[in-house]
Amino acid sequence: MKAIRIVTRGIRDAFKSVVRNFSLSTAAITCSSITLVLVAVAMIISYNVRHITTDLEKELTIVVYMKDTATDENITELKNHLDQMKNNGNVESYKFKSKDEWKVEMKSYSDTFSTALEFLENNPLLNSFIITVKDVAYLKETTEQIKKNEMVASADYGEGMAENLVKVFDVVEKVTIILVFALVLVTAFLIGNTIKLTIFSRKSEIEIMRLVGASNISIRLPFLFEGLFLGVLGSIIPIIVTIYGYVLLYDHFNGYLFTQIVRLTEPFNFILYIAGLLLIMGSVIGMIGSYRAVRKYLKI
Amino acid sequence: MKLIEVQNCYKVYNNGVTAIADLNLVIEKGEFVFAIGASGSGKSTLIKMLYREEKPTNGKVYVGGINVAKLRNSKVFKLRRKLGIVFQDFKLLPKLTVYENVAFALESIGMHTKDIRPKVVKALERVGLKDKMRSFPNQLSGGEQQRVCIARAIVNEPKLLICDEPTGNLDPDISKEIVNILDKINKESETTIIMATHDREIVNKMKKRVILLENGVLAADEKKGSYIVHESN
Repeated sequence: MKAIRIVTRGIRDAFKSVVRNFSLSTAAITCSSITLVLVAVAMIISYNVRHITTDLEKELTIVVYMKDTATDENITELKNHLDQMKNNGNVESYKFKSKDEWKVEMKSYSDTFSTALEFLENNPLLNSFIITVKDVAYLKETTEQIKKNEMVASADYGEGMAENLVKVFDVVEKVTIILVFALVLVTAFLIGNTIKLTIFSRKSEIEIMRLVGASNISIRLPFLFEGLFLGVLGSIIPIIVTIYGYVLLYDHFNGYLFTQIVRLTEPFNFILYIAGLLLIMGSVIGMIGSYRAVRKYLKI
Repeated sequence: MKLIEVQNCYKVYNNGVTAIADLNLVIEKGEFVFAIGASGSGKSTLIKMLYREEKPTNGKVYVGGINVAKLRNSKVFKLRRKLGIVFQDFKLLPKLTVYENVAFALESIGMHTKDIRPKVVKALERVGLKDKMRSFPNQLSGGEQQRVCIARAIVNEPKLLICDEPTGNLDPDISKEIVNILDKINKESETTIIMATHDREIVNKMKKRVILLENGVLAADEKKGSYIVHESN
């Protein structure tokens, strides 16, 4: 019962203090709001980038054309090689498409193609393989390995473009992580500073509490709660902005950003997960900031 | 029964100043003791050691059976709940009323609200301030503020009341009034009182035990004593 009274009193005093030091509290709340909005933006970008990268990776394939002179044996040889790479290497799956299959497919594209191909005695098209890889990072290496086969006329993937895109996304992700980390530190420091000023403004109260025999925890608790409140209050605006902002963005672009390739993550439950994270981050940042200030400035 | 026992106590501050040197002292339960001495004689240090604001460098200081020299910082609050402390500068919270200032002491130690009210009213009655419960400290005279401070110190019915120059800021008539209240508390509830003071008139009038500190040493200890001016002064 006594513990409950101490906690209740701690919460009450913390709340009072937030209201009493209104300007200071507003500054801390505003700062953590700004930080958490940026954190939310960074998280959304980072999550979507990863999502897009995964999508891209799934779609990246190597297209291999065999030489015209390639025999059935040569094809089986390459198939065996690919099976081996499937077991030990980076090949996820492959599909063989014979020149006859190509012919049928191309005929269906347009009448011109169809008529042209009818006139030719020999099928001018080439036997091909379409290969998907496990990891895009090894796309180039796998292509090089396949090219070593003498009967391969060409092996291509979206050279350069895909790799560069993934690289750019990687950099974007790293930069956002660093930015978020720096902002979190700044906010924790600012909340700590607010608590420090509260401690100073309540110096005489703390002194009397010490002298009448208040336990250390009951002296410290209100300040820790105050940090928590500032953090939680600071996360409310970012949560609202994130939820409404993202849903609006998603609806406005119909789920795609700029091109059909860049597909956004669906808002629900993704955005609720981000909102939960923001609330937790706000509370943790507030607690860390106030804990540091209490440890440093509240000598009991 | 011993309430305070100081054995071979030394206190040397970090700057090398020896505030207390080889002090031995026993104060029985229910006694009223004046601690006198010039500024820098060590009486404030002695008082501070009793409520463990200072820790002795050497020796033992027992208060109610607890050796404060060995008391860990995290346990100090347990000692202080058994004490009442009255200061020269009152240490009242200006934004709280008289009632709230006294209740603050009990709230701080986690007492239930329904138990607080009767205790606060009783303490304010004992110092004669029941009718000023709703006033704020700045609406009170110096003597009244000190009485609030005394009420706050006795509200938890402590065994020991430590008074650090409680009349230092008050005029002679008010000072007498304050000491009379302390005397009444001492007699009514057998609360042991140790009071550091410079007030010669009060010490001479009260005829209580007087201990004189000089350069951190116990220079005199008299039962029913008067304000002692040692030869060296």
